[in-house]
Amino acid sequence: MSANTITEHQQQAYIAGQAADARIRFELETEGMTLNIGPQHPATHGTLRIVVRLDGEQVVWADPIPGYMHRGYEKLCEVRKYQQVTTLVNRIDWLGSFCNEVPFILAAEQLYEVEAPPRAQWIRTILFELGRIANVTLFLGDMGVQLGAITPVFYAFRDREYVLNLIESATGGRFHPNYDRVGGLKDDLPKGWVDECKQAMQGIRDFCDEMETLLLGNEIFATRCRGIGVIPRQIALDYGLSGANARASGIDWDLRRDADSPLAWKHADWKVWTHPDGDSFARYWVRLQETREATKIVEQLLDSLPAGPVMAKMPARLRVPKGEAWISTENPLGEMGYYVVSDGGPSGPFRCKIRTPSFNNISIAPWLLKGVYVPDVITILASLYFILGDIDR
Amino acid sequence: MPAPKKLQLPGLIKGLGVTLGTLFRPAVTVQYPHVKESPTPRARGVIALLEENCTVCMLCARECPDWCIYIEGHNDKAPPRREGGKPRTVNILDRFDIDYSLCMYCGICVEVCPFDALFWSPEFEYSEFSIAEMLHDKQRLGEWMDTVPEPPAYEVGSEVKVKKYASPAAAKAKNA
Amino acid sequence: MNEVAALNYGIETAIKMGVILAVIPVGAMVLGYVFLFKMMAHMQSRLGPMEAGPHGVLQVIAEGVKFLQKEDLMPDGADRWIFKMAPVVAIASTFLIYAVIPAGPDLVISNLDVGIFYALAVSSLSVLGILMAGWASANKYSLLGALRAAGQLIAYELPLVLAVVGVVIQAETMSLSGIVEAQAHGSIFGFSGIGNPFVLTQGVGFLIFLVAAQAELTQAPFDMPVAESELVSGYMTEYSGFRFLLFFGIAEPATAFGLAAIAATLFLGGWYVPGIGDGLTANIVGPAVLGAKIMLVAFLIFWFRFTYPRLREDQLQTFAWKWLIPISLVNITVTAILKVAL
Repeated sequence: MSANTITEHQQQAYIAGQAADARIRFELETEGMTLNIGPQHPATHGTLRIVVRLDGEQVVWADPIPGYMHRGYEKLCEVRKYQQVTTLVNRIDWLGSFCNEVPFILAAEQLYEVEAPPRAQWIRTILFELGRIANVTLFLGDMGVQLGAITPVFYAFRDREYVLNLIESATGGRFHPNYDRVGGLKDDLPKGWVDECKQAMQGIRDFCDEMETLLLGNEIFATRCRGIGVIPRQIALDYGLSGANARASGIDWDLRRDADSPLAWKHADWKVWTHPDGDSFARYWVRLQETREATKIVEQLLDSLPAGPVMAKMPARLRVPKGEAWISTENPLGEMGYYVVSDGGPSGPFRCKIRTPSFNNISIAPWLLKGVYVPDVITILASLYFILGDIDR
Repeated sequence: MPAPKKLQLPGLIKGLGVTLGTLFRPAVTVQYPHVKESPTPRARGVIALLEENCTVCMLCARECPDWCIYIEGHNDKAPPRREGGKPRTVNILDRFDIDYSLCMYCGICVEVCPFDALFWSPEFEYSEFSIAEMLHDKQRLGEWMDTVPEPPAYEVGSEVKVKKYASPAAAKAKNA
Repeated sequence: MNEVAALNYGIETAIKMGVILAVIPVGAMVLGYVFLFKMMAHMQSRLGPMEAGPHGVLQVIAEGVKFLQKEDLMPDGADRWIFKMAPVVAIASTFLIYAVIPAGPDLVISNLDVGIFYALAVSSLSVLGILMAGWASANKYSLLGALRAAGQLIAYELPLVLAVVGVVIQAETMSLSGIVEAQAHGSIFGFSGIGNPFVLTQGVGFLIFLVAAQAELTQAPFDMPVAESELVSGYMTEYSGFRFLLFFGIAEPATAFGLAAIAATLFLGGWYVPGIGDGLTANIVGPAVLGAKIMLVAFLIFWFRFTYPRLREDQLQTFAWKWLIPISLVNITVTAILKVAL
């Protein structure tokens, strides 16, 4: 697919060149300009603030300042019961909201010492992948908007709607499903859902093809993205990048495959895509392939959906045993994990630490934005793909 | 591995084809106030209250994650079931308000209600000009009962027991 | 005698001004409705405005009224006079273009001998208004946008002019009416049935002209001066109400209309279609023919706009200086050699 890849040597050369450029500009000191990109700016899709020091249009340094949307979820979780937390954490990554509740509920199940029946795990996995599709399709279109093409995002919203309709008809909520319960699911799927879902998956694959012709194959898009925002493999590891950002830097790591999870990914035949380049183009390409892969996972799991109950027999006790659990899953944006501590009390968790992928992914920005031009700042931020709720929680 | 170069149109021209193709396909827009899409039966639009079934047990108000349900009630004596028995104590619902400006539409109240007094209705057109009017009292909540649909059938392979009083009609019948 | 002549001149001027003042808003509105509202919406599988009038035809008027009602804001540190004048300067250049475009054999405001030279000269005046707006706004985004616009328009003025030179060589005149006549009476290898629309012989020139016009109009893929995702709205960021309407609602589509009219005149034969003659019929049918051709060119311009992402400023300069200008120079050379040889 990717015809000409960049070798590691070239990557290093590119970075060295940029650094040298920035240094020369700095030495030939002209009075620069400090520009606040955000907190209210069309490109930050939320309220991220990035302070950049400009020399002409070149960035001398950049500093992302998150926290404008901090909602204190970790603290809120401590005063909620386990059943109530899922409805809160839905709002962390609001585009693929179902994916937020799964790791938490897995951690809660570990504390309760119950396991959901296979049918529930299957449906969870299917909805998880639908959440991924709902999230990433918007990225595929939004990247176009950030680069100035206004049309792709409307296609993304159009085709994403079918997936949201599916999520709604199963769970009752388009954005905030709150469908997981400790020990299973709230309800089983409604009749006819499986067929509808298969149809929608075909639509999503068509959408991916459309994006490939409209954006990925576009020469202007390639010039804007290739070689822009290169993250070498080691740097990606050092900054703790995860998800498609890491895979686009050639790190073959996907928790769906590599972690021992009770969810049903191991029962489907799929592939983890990586790209050696590590630039913005690679990140777009990897996410596009992942969306296709997700439709395949959904279809296979729909075919092998086991019969049975969707709720385990819950032990008849009021208190959650003392203990702690750490569960992380491969969410649309990267590795998302919950560290839940129970003190044996009757109410909710004693402590809930949420590891969100966007926070780590955006932490590379000061390193990455040095020496680039203002339009590339937008390209790089868009391709890193963060969601403000996911950064600030 | 570089694929053998096929003679291909440049991406710039293929992209033009995509937009031109969409130009001649019908739009997907639904003209909302004129045409309405019907939400799925499970959609969480608004909470309906079946007042006769409510026993003022306060479970919903306590389980609500943002405490947007306000319930008040009092005890009263009802005539005994059997001739000559003691008069029964019943709880009478005085106030049942849901503040929809706070509600997160999580559905926990509907789920925890042990007496099938709360139902989800997919109705969604109840926006108001002032935030105070988002507080629905028990009469307003009772009016939503007419819009509650029958729950949909389950997908093949399901072993979920169909709730006895899941449908509003059955719940009403139980009370009568 | 002199008084009569002066009176006639006065009436004539008044009529001409009236025509221009009518054509510009109407052109802007037609373009705004057909392309910016409807075509864009349908290309994105939407419907666009549907409520005001049948299929939303009155929406453009509603938008105009909406802008007029809004407060005329001015930033605190703004250079007041320059800030107020900038939209007027920008739109003045648009008005001036229309003076030389022939809509029929006799329907031309002013048939200058150097018509095309004049049109291209005044069309680049708009950058002055943009620079004024960017400077006076006292906003960093505006300033960046204005500087980008200046750099971009200087780079693209050159291919625009060079693309026209081929046409001028072929037509042997710089008068726009003369160029239309030359296309009407021309022949392709002896076949004169359809005249000689220069798009056939100057195809390369037409393409370069379209690309350069796109940059001149600051539309995608060359919309860096207003790049919403980077510079919020570029030089227009601080404008509101009536002045924003002048910039965004009138100057933008009206300039697109003007440049499409020039392209239609230069390359598609202007008001001429075969069988129209150059008498009274041509004067009546001419404007409609020109209008249709303008719409065709405008369709292309807006089609590109809705499909492509935008380039980066330095990539645009590379594209202009390394590709467009050499190609147009080669085009001129080939045209000149063939002109002499044939």
